[in-house]
Amino acid sequence: MNKIPLTSISKPTRGAVGKTGFWRSFKPVIDQSKCVHCLQCWLYCPEGAIKRTGSNLMTVEVDYEYCKGCGICANECPVKAIKMVLEE
Amino acid sequence: MRKRMPSQSNKNGIGGVNMVQSEVLTGNYAVAYAVKMSRVQVVAAYPITPQTTIVEKIAQFVEAGELNAKYIRVESEHSAMAACIGAAATGARAFTATASHGLLYMSEMVWWAGMGRYPIVMAVVTRAIGPPWSIWTEHNDVLAHRDSGWIIFFAEDNQEVFDLTIQAFRIAEDEKVLQPVMVTLDAFILSHTASPVYMPDQREVDEYLPPPGGRKLPYILDPLNPLTHGNLTYPDHFMELRYQIARAMENAKQVIVEAGRKYGEMTGRYYDHLIEAYKCNDAKAVIIAVGSSAGDAKDAADYLRNQGLEVGVIKLRTIRPFPVEELREACKSAKIIGVVDRDYSYGYGGIVHGEVKSTLADTKKPVQSFIAGLGGRDITVKDFINIGRRLIEMADKGVGEQPPIWVNLKQEVIP
Repeated sequence: MNKIPLTSISKPTRGAVGKTGFWRSFKPVIDQSKCVHCLQCWLYCPEGAIKRTGSNLMTVEVDYEYCKGCGICANECPVKAIKMVLEE
Repeated sequence: MRKRMPSQSNKNGIGGVNMVQSEVLTGNYAVAYAVKMSRVQVVAAYPITPQTTIVEKIAQFVEAGELNAKYIRVESEHSAMAACIGAAATGARAFTATASHGLLYMSEMVWWAGMGRYPIVMAVVTRAIGPPWSIWTEHNDVLAHRDSGWIIFFAEDNQEVFDLTIQAFRIAEDEKVLQPVMVTLDAFILSHTASPVYMPDQREVDEYLPPPGGRKLPYILDPLNPLTHGNLTYPDHFMELRYQIARAMENAKQVIVEAGRKYGEMTGRYYDHLIEAYKCNDAKAVIIAVGSSAGDAKDAADYLRNQGLEVGVIKLRTIRPFPVEELREACKSAKIIGVVDRDYSYGYGGIVHGEVKSTLADTKKPVQSFIAGLGGRDITVKDFINIGRRLIEMADKGVGEQPPIWVNLKQEVIP
């Protein structure tokens, strides 16, 4: 058995409590043609489930393994480039 | 307050090699000087009578550059303790002070510090809780936090206030303990009454205490190695974390004694017991008291001894950890024990009485409860003389334990 620490601590770990993508009812879908690369969705996502990709890290993608579908990104997007789509 | 017993001197005389100064200080200033000499790094505080002059004096030290600390002026006691927890989480030496309603307002964070094992030191000037409003001493404010994971000291006089505050940092930061420490002093009787306080040299204190902020533990907050404190813990780990606190409190008994002995080697003033047993060896009746009135109890014992009555006094220096073993030993010769509580647990009785009674339960000795001095009413030497006489009389007549006796209660004004 691993020894527990002197007091309760946790270290940041990717998916520390498992994959949460299956919690979603609605999934955010980004329309890349409308995206102005302002990164508001990346800033506001409470789960860190928006990935920055591309050569200059200015393209955003949703990490569907962990996105819980809260819709905050769609709400914050200033150009309405993110739609919430009902999960099938 | 009692004229201090002559200090045990070491080979260098009272006060050690470098003892250079004695000052006439109020209890509150004694705390402030000890905090300065302990090189505290973060002070977060909110003023409340009768604690105010502690944090006021510390603010002066910081302003004058005599203490190199961050002084955080917060909007409440709750925030004061929260800021101290944050500071301690990074490994800094943190201090705050409060009293009564301030302590109660702080309560959630007091528990957080205790259960999170942050080695903070706090001075609490004991004061009654309203209503009715009162600014005078009573111990219910501190004892409401009896189970919060804090080591709780009661000081008898201003010298002990000073000495305990310095020892508190060493005890709290000991790796066998790592629990916060409360140093409590009675409102006005100590907090605002001046008496001589001997202070060791700064170099001696620097040797006595670990270097401030030198705590290197696996769970220090560090931006380069990020982690979270106090995260959600499921039932399968919670009890083990609590057990470690229970064990730390047991360890604290030995650490306190050791810290008190080392302090004695430095200053000539030894605090190497959790209790002070005064003339208890052959005592027929033992009076148990905490805080400033313990001195009056000892004066009463002297008087009664001159009258041929075998009375001893036990001063409990700590309420947590509770000095079970020492108390049992010191009560060996007693036929009856009297506990004087400056507090009350409504629906039960004196709080300290309950602890003492359960400690001595198997001895079947009567443990008589006395309630005295609530809301700052004086407990005089004469009161203790009467208590001692009454205990001896009960022992001689073989009278068992009576319901709590309220000392100097004005029966005639109660409807």
